Amino acid sequence: MLASQHENWGESNMPDRSPRTDTSTDVDPEDKNQRFDRDQSGAVVMFSDSSDRSKEKSLDQKTLRRLAQNREAARKSRLRKKAYVQQLESSRLKLTQLEQEVQQARPQGGSTSTAGDQSHATGALAFDVEYARWLEEQNRQINELRAAVSSHASDTELQTVVGNVTAHFDEVFKLKGAAAKADVFHILSGMWKTPAERCFMWIGGFRSSEILKLLTNQLEPLTEQQLAGIYNLQQSSQQAEDALSQGMEALQQSLSETLANGSSSTSGSSGNVANYMGQMAMAMGKLGTLESFLRQADNLRQQTLQQMHRILTTRQSARALLAIHDYFSRLRALSSLWVARPRE
Amino acid sequence: MDTIRGLASNNAAVIFTKSSCFMCHSVKALFYELGASPAIHELDQYANGREMEYALRRLGCNPSVPAVFIGGKYVGSSKDIISLHVDGSLKEKLIEARAIWL
Repeated sequence: MLASQHENWGESNMPDRSPRTDTSTDVDPEDKNQRFDRDQSGAVVMFSDSSDRSKEKSLDQKTLRRLAQNREAARKSRLRKKAYVQQLESSRLKLTQLEQEVQQARPQGGSTSTAGDQSHATGALAFDVEYARWLEEQNRQINELRAAVSSHASDTELQTVVGNVTAHFDEVFKLKGAAAKADVFHILSGMWKTPAERCFMWIGGFRSSEILKLLTNQLEPLTEQQLAGIYNLQQSSQQAEDALSQGMEALQQSLSETLANGSSSTSGSSGNVANYMGQMAMAMGKLGTLESFLRQADNLRQQTLQQMHRILTTRQSARALLAIHDYFSRLRALSSLWVARPRE
Repeated sequence: MDTIRGLASNNAAVIFTKSSCFMCHSVKALFYELGASPAIHELDQYANGREMEYALRRLGCNPSVPAVFIGGKYVGSSKDIISLHVDGSLKEKLIEARAIWL
């Protein structure tokens, strides 16, 4: 986008045209819009007055573009760091809060844990705590990965770190699976995620197809084969998502039909009670399938990530993992900022 | 098992389902999306539906439905179908069995 804007500008400013023509107030409205658009993008703000334009002819256009990109990259880096710190602080806070809640819940016999099962998340609260811990560990591992990438570690070293991060990622699917057995609604509700993440949730987690879309720009250069592979993977995950969504919709429709089929005659007769109980039993059976949809949705997420790693080189995989983490990190930071925003 | 095998070999793509199965709905939707026209056999419609279900379980299909057969061969349940679709093998199998054409 930057390059094409730059080229347009270059074309419209041939040396034989006076610079003053373009900055005068009675300029052609179309040109004015073009300049305005460029200013908005922040990329070529320096060209807004005529003295700079004369410099443009003497300075190498590539250098100017590089300087602008460097500034932009630095700005983005500062924002990333800010978001990261914000997110770290809020997750530490949340972890402390949750741990306190668990402590308080225990003396009351805690409705969240079943007898004898200490090792798995058996309830909503316990899962939230486990997830918060998992997130902390992920942050730590991602930092390790980031350090390895920027220090230009060898492929073997990088492969080890990438392997650790991937294995750790698989852990969260195990946690979710176990928690879903106890409380599928909690996982589907997304209450264990931050608000912004929750907004973009699909069947208890992220959309693989969306994740792949955000990666294609960040993983360049990709070979033709890799590009095709990633494109096909994106399409496949999109198709699988659509198929699962359709199944969920059919379930919801069937469920509402079951619950809607009630007799509206006077209450109290045993026939109505039997109807009601039959209705509930049927609805319960249908609800049972929610867990299988969550399981397949998570399966899709895992498979997509695995296939992605097969297509990419070690270094690309590392960058992909960093990009994915940064994206969610930013969503989480956004949630914190949003929650803390000043209101009238 | 004979009923299953018989039905499975009648079409390039065959899916065994149950009317109460919503995951079956998803697998069907995926096949239609890929341009396949699978033969759908609802176990509740068969007198020996129970036995057919046992046969599918013995093949390793868990849950018993949806059970997918391509080119007469057992491919798997929803979990397998998703995995195969993601790595591109599902489409390959369907093309090989002439269930779809490109």
